[in-house]
Order: sequence, then structure tokens, then C-alpha cells
Amino acid sequence: MRDVVVIGAGMTKFGELWDKSIKDIFVEASLKAIKDSGVDHIDSIYVGAMSSGLFVGQEHLGAILADYLGMNPVPATRVESACASGGAAFRQAYLEVASGASEIVLAGGVEKMNDGADVTEVLATAADQEYEVYQGITFPGLYAMIAKAHMHQYGTTREQLAAVAVKNHRNGSKNKNAQFGFEVTPEQVMKSTMVSDPLRLLDCSPVTDGGAAVIVASMDVAKKLNKNFVRVIASAQASDTIALHSRESFTTLNSVVKAAEKAYRMAGIKPTDLNLCEVHDCFTIAEIVVSEDLGFFEKGKGGEAVLNGLTSIESGKIPINTSGGLKSKGHPVGATGIAQIIELFEQLNGKAGGRQVKNARIGMAQNMGGSGASSVIHILEVK
Amino acid sequence: MITARYHREIPQRYRLEAGKCKKCGFIAFPHRLVCPKCKSQDFETIRLSDEGKILTFTIVRVASDKFSKQTPFAVGIVELKEGVKLTTQIADVDVDKLEIGQKVKIVFRKIQEDGKAGILCYGYKAVLI
Repeated sequence: MRDVVVIGAGMTKFGELWDKSIKDIFVEASLKAIKDSGVDHIDSIYVGAMSSGLFVGQEHLGAILADYLGMNPVPATRVESACASGGAAFRQAYLEVASGASEIVLAGGVEKMNDGADVTEVLATAADQEYEVYQGITFPGLYAMIAKAHMHQYGTTREQLAAVAVKNHRNGSKNKNAQFGFEVTPEQVMKSTMVSDPLRLLDCSPVTDGGAAVIVASMDVAKKLNKNFVRVIASAQASDTIALHSRESFTTLNSVVKAAEKAYRMAGIKPTDLNLCEVHDCFTIAEIVVSEDLGFFEKGKGGEAVLNGLTSIESGKIPINTSGGLKSKGHPVGATGIAQIIELFEQLNGKAGGRQVKNARIGMAQNMGGSGASSVIHILEVK
Repeated sequence: MITARYHREIPQRYRLEAGKCKKCGFIAFPHRLVCPKCKSQDFETIRLSDEGKILTFTIVRVASDKFSKQTPFAVGIVELKEGVKLTTQIADVDVDKLEIGQKVKIVFRKIQEDGKAGILCYGYKAVLI
């Protein structure tokens, strides 16, 4: 397959966008990305969205968004893989350009979560409806059971969970697009409302409206436009059981392990070669588990690592979620995977402002659906 | 809850019936058409035992609208004697005294109500032994 690059990016502010429809949000992000890239046309569109049908009653998103973007008759398809929908949409765009079928593809993601739906119930459709959700379990509940098992097995502490939120909010406070771009203290996290023991409100990513888009193109297009670009050096995806209870371990996310193995092999690099990583911190425990499963830390040591600052921007070890992560930046589920790519695009081009990682050359984005039934990993590099 | 869906899940919900792979012995709960271990499609129906232990759990304090009147309630992953694991509410318990490793038995209970005029939905819950 041929080289594929990202040549432009755009996103809306993440937050409660009551005055904007799902169409407004997607079009705003897409127009920014198209303008940033300098392309005069696109060959196709993929849009990641988890549950537009339940959130706003709108399916057939590909067509409606192409229409409102003024792009008819360009082919447009919605990609769904729960909270990994954005990453999966980016992967489809990557594959389409890599195969030679298209030269320029828009990969977008969008979710309009604040529109009156019972968000807890909608998100729960990413779990096994008949054998998990039937019993009243929620997503905070599923990750709480992972947290409980991780604490029991490895001695992970409440303070370590809080350290994830504190770090990500510190990073997010330097991101103008973040929904909750302010700092929090460990005490605030540990005294926030209990949602599902041991996870509290400030362990959970928020309910967010937002859109994000990137322009994926062949190297030929990038060279002709003479633009800053980053190369996609790995694209990998893996699946695991939909139900958490069906897994041999509740403290290892096998889809992450498997997708990471493939991604490292494809890129020809080791975890220590990465300069930064955006991980799917839908809950604080998720960042800890994923940081272990990606090979940054020994199993069971992820909590200690974050508390000791090894994942901060300044640490030099492996800065994680420099954007603020899902926790502070916000988590409009379908847009999240694309927003992670945008953070890498900005970091690798040296345009991340106050949260810039020095000399960032290689970055990873890990996007995850459900309690880890889907994981999509991309590695981007700038020369 | 669509009544047809509810009806077709009765064997699992009411009687804890599972599918046992005739080739490798893997027990699928709920039943499956393909064995995830050996890819065989040859299963026999067995009834699971109703005793097990808590592997992990949480106390749901913020639920979806459907379950909001029941909060706080405990949900755990229970491993039955055959090694089958299932997600289930843990009932009749002081939620603050639950611990990983506690022994439970599976009982038949009402799980949810489908609105004022909808059907009552039953199934399994765990209680401490």
C-alpha cells in the first residue's frame, strides 16, 4: 500500500452546543479542515458517529452531511464502532487512500449528545443489551467493575485514579477547544459525587457536543500542495467480546493489546519510540489500563506511573493526553477518535502552543469502543 | 421491551440454560451458534448451577431512567461453578458491605418494569449465601 498523509484538520469547540444542530457541527469542523488543507475538492467522506439515531433521531448521516457540506455527489458513509467510531472512520479513509482508490478523503466525526436523550441509556447500547444492560449496568458501572478488579489485583489506589483527572485537566486548561478547560485538585476529584463505586463524577468524561475532521491524502497531493503534513505509519484495529464478563481478565483490554501489537509491527517501532500518546480515557481507570496494555508500563504499574508524573507533558517518559483527553477536552463519542488525530497533527507540526511536547516526532492515537470490545490505533510521524 | 424478544430469552433468563460445545466443552452463556474457542457449531443445552462467587462489582448510584428508582443497587460479575461468568444485580444486601470473593446463589426475581402498561421483566439476580 502507498503512503498516506494527513494534510489538514479542523474541529469545533467541544461543549454543550445548544444552538447548533448535528449538521452545523459537522459542517463547521469539515470546512475548517478543508480550508486548513488547501484542497479544492474531496473524493469521498467517512463520518464516525456512535448513535445519531438515538441522540437526535437522525440516521443516514453520510448523505445528509455531504448534502449540507455542499459536496454532492461525493460518496459519503457513516462508520459506527461505538466510541471508536471516529478512529474507525479515519481508518476507512486511510485504507481508501492507501489502496489508491481515492486521492483526498475527508474523515470526520460528530456527536450531538445534548438534545434531550437519556444519555446513559444511549451509551449503554455499546454494551451487551440483553446480558449486561438488562441488569441495569451503565458505562460508568462497567468501568467501575474494571477499576474494582484492578484495585483488588494490583493495589491501584483512589489517589492514582484521581491523578489521571488532575493531569488531563491541567493539559486541557491549555486547550481552547476543551469543554472543561480548567484545573482540578485531587481533593476535588475524590470528593466529587459518587457515580458508580469507586468512580466519581470527576473520574468520568463528560457529555459533549462536538465535531472534528481531518483531510487524508496521498503523498502526491501533499507534495503538490506544499503543505505541512504528517504521515500515517500504522493503522490497526482489533475486537474483543462485547460483554466484559465474557473475558478471561477484567484488567487487561485484549483488543488494545492486539491492535497495539499490529500497530507497532506495521510502524516498525517500540513503545519507547513514541513521543506522545492520546488514549481513550473515557474514565480515569481506562487511561491506567490502556497505558499498561500499550506497553508503556508493566501491568499493574499504570496508576503509580501517572501519580509519579511519568505521563505528564514535562516528564519526557510518555506524555499521555496532552489535549486534555476525553476527560477535560470532552467526549462527543463519534468525534473523539478524529479529535485525537487532530491533537497528534498539531503536536507533530509543533503547533500545540502551551501544551507542546518538545521535539515531538511520533505520536499514537488509541480510540476504544464499549468496555474495550473495539480498539483502533493509529501512529503518525513527521519527518 | 419487545415481548417477542423477552419471550425468546426466557430459557436463559428463567432457567439459566447455556450451550455446551460438544467438541471442546466450552460453555456459552447465552448460547451461541459458533464456538469462540474451536469454531464448532455442535452444541448441547445444559442448565447452569446456581452457585458462584463475586469476581468484581460496583454500586450503581446514577442509572438510566429505567433503573433510576432502584438506585443505589449493586451489580457484579459472578462466576458460576462451571466457570461461566455473568453480569447480575446482587440483591438483598447492604451494598457497602460487599466484597470480591463472596459466595452467592442465583435467584429468580423481577428485574425491570416496562413503563406503566408494559410487561414485567424477570430474570436472575444473585444473593449472598
